[in-house]
Amino acid sequence: MKALRLAVACAVGGLALAATMTTPTRAQQPAPAAGNAPTMDAIRARGTLICGVTTGLAGFAQPDSQGVWRGFDVDYCRAVAVALFNDANRVRYVPTTAQARFTALQSGEVDMLARNTTWTLSRDTSLGFDFTGINFYDGQGFMVKASTGVRTARELEGATICVQPGTTTEQNLTDWARANRIRFTPVVIERLEEVVQAYVAGRCDAYTTDVSGLAATRSAQPNPREHTILPDVISKEPLGPLVRHGDQRFADLLRWIHFGLLGAEELGITSANVQQRMTDANPEVQRMLGRSGDLGRMLGVDNAWMANIIRTVGNYGEIFARNLEPIGIQRGPNALWTQGGLQYSPPFR
Amino acid sequence: MSSSAADPRFASAGPPKRPLRLSWGDERVRGIFWQVLVVGIVGTVIWWLWSNTVHNLEVRRIATGFGFLSREAGLPIGESLIEYDPSNTYLRALTVGVLNTLKVAVIGIVLATILGTVIGIARLSNNWLLSKLAGVYIEVIRDLPLLLQLLFWYTILQGLPGPRQALNPVDGVFLSNRGMKLPFIEWTAAHWWTLLAMVAGIALTWAYARVMRQRQYADGQPRKVWPAGLALIVGVPLAVWVAFGAPFTPDIPVLRGFNFRGGITVSPEFFALLIGLVTYTAGFIAEVVRAGIQSVQHGQWEAAQALGLRRGEILRKIVMPQALRVIIPPLTSNYLNLTKNSSLAVAIGYQDIVSIANTTLNQTGQAIEGIAIIMLVYLTISLSISLFMNWYNAKIALVER
Ligand SMILES: N[C@@H](CCC(=O)N[C@@H](CS)C(=O)NCC(=O)O)C(=O)O
Repeated sequence: MKALRLAVACAVGGLALAATMTTPTRAQQPAPAAGNAPTMDAIRARGTLICGVTTGLAGFAQPDSQGVWRGFDVDYCRAVAVALFNDANRVRYVPTTAQARFTALQSGEVDMLARNTTWTLSRDTSLGFDFTGINFYDGQGFMVKASTGVRTARELEGATICVQPGTTTEQNLTDWARANRIRFTPVVIERLEEVVQAYVAGRCDAYTTDVSGLAATRSAQPNPREHTILPDVISKEPLGPLVRHGDQRFADLLRWIHFGLLGAEELGITSANVQQRMTDANPEVQRMLGRSGDLGRMLGVDNAWMANIIRTVGNYGEIFARNLEPIGIQRGPNALWTQGGLQYSPPFR
Repeated sequence: MSSSAADPRFASAGPPKRPLRLSWGDERVRGIFWQVLVVGIVGTVIWWLWSNTVHNLEVRRIATGFGFLSREAGLPIGESLIEYDPSNTYLRALTVGVLNTLKVAVIGIVLATILGTVIGIARLSNNWLLSKLAGVYIEVIRDLPLLLQLLFWYTILQGLPGPRQALNPVDGVFLSNRGMKLPFIEWTAAHWWTLLAMVAGIALTWAYARVMRQRQYADGQPRKVWPAGLALIVGVPLAVWVAFGAPFTPDIPVLRGFNFRGGITVSPEFFALLIGLVTYTAGFIAEVVRAGIQSVQHGQWEAAQALGLRRGEILRKIVMPQALRVIIPPLTSNYLNLTKNSSLAVAIGYQDIVSIANTTLNQTGQAIEGIAIIMLVYLTISLSISLFMNWYNAKIALVER
């Protein structure tokens, strides 16, 4: 009897464990055939999009004083909700640490990540994701206290450097140190607030992450002038939204929302003038706003998808200006290609 | 409390054996049926979950298997007991993590036992103030979540001055927000041999003490062990060291550039975790020790006093051996808790096995394998502790008649 009870207890324990690791069952998530859209179907059935964001990074994703999530990445979640439901508020935000984000997406806890995540080969393949574009061209940098007098990254020989685990940041840091024969002591802390606190308290001489993240962190300090972002950029960090492998249609939708936001900026369509532009004679504007053609339907959403997105969220330039300019981030490489930048949308036809 | 199993008269007399009848009316047949059924159901469910998981992983093209262990890790690790470089493999990085977990668990268990015993005894002290202080300590430390305590200690340690303004309480010792720097010596082969001699000395002293105790049992004559012990544990290693030419080059930390160089470092992360685990677990151990001591009947004290033994002697020779029987089982649980609680290290940046396995699974995307590794490590450590403690428990159990 005792052995039996033990067997049952083990089985229950084992089950609970396996259940947490087994992603949604085969019945709920059929193997994707062409035209099959398991993620999109699940979102529609649920009525809300579940969007994985940071645990709070000024300008990118952070709850405001009313608890409403705001930021550059958050606006991408909102845009997807508008495309699917014509309602920017049908989003549930799930804060994820750098470390936990990929498991959250793989396991189906979130539908997508809009979370300053760098597009890399291994993430695109062996981790089982699809990146849907580059909405922010970035690179990795270092921040030090101005009082240290450090001017370039090379002066960090022997320094203690704070870094968040589960990032390209920590890998780039070791690559860079090896290539430049710089010795350093890492302090690796999972939660953003705590790693920043460790840096501020002086546990580390420098804090390293994407330059955009440094700017966001610096802007949130009581006295931003006490911190210097060094001029060295040691990596390429193309950031963008991503989804699980296996739902090409959802990936297509995200990809073309990003292009739509860029296209709208290029064509001068803004949240303020989208109503007047509905009657614009330019055929591309007509196609984008759903006045002619069937572009929305091809993506599996309403033809007015882009018109709705621009009305509620704005175009790429507006999203950038609203969220990132206040924390001192310039367009730089994220300017449109027509203005010397890298942001470029394929044609809407 | 006599146990019948030891009595030869009952040794062979089990319940009478009945032949198994193949009928539902037979209780044993029913028992076998249910057990087979349960095992079958459990097996099916596990198989289903397994195949389902494998299918899902394939559909999403998520890599599987343990091939990643031999790939280059490229992850930075702040402190390590063995040589580690980011160009080493994931296997090596995970080994570093396991050793870091063991380091904090072993040191933590030793210190928590000492502190817990002292506080537990203090709690029973006749000194009112001491006993009340111990009581307050136990209540407060047990009532606050451990995570909070760890963050508290880590914040305190971060609040120390920077390396340039480091506190310097004793020559060569520096306390700063980079941790504690202690002077050391330049470690050579000679020192390893000396250490080995010392370990051998401890083992020999233990064996010697055993023999002497047997003799005392035989003739009732107490014998001094310490002179031989001193010679074995200190004298011989010293001789070894001198034979090697007595190498001694002090390695004293000095401030250079951003940080101290030389000496040994106790990082704030390790220190905060250790203090947190030790003070927290000691609160529980103190209660276990108190309960153990109180479980020994007062008559034992009185009888020992009547024999003219001193209080310390009574505690050591009469009460503790009996109390240990009550103390060891819950103490084992506390050791297991301390070990498992050490996984809270992630919160304060101490790179234990959980931290490194998490980073590994983040970089490789192989969450199931990563979690399996973590479970395997904790299971192995926990089972080892349990086995050791059970063995010890059996050894000290009083032979009862
Ligand atoms: N782009 C890098 C780093 C992204 C990242 O996680 N950055 C940190 C520091 S700015 C962050 O956003 N943390 C927010 C959090 O953990 O909530 C990557 O994809 O690995």
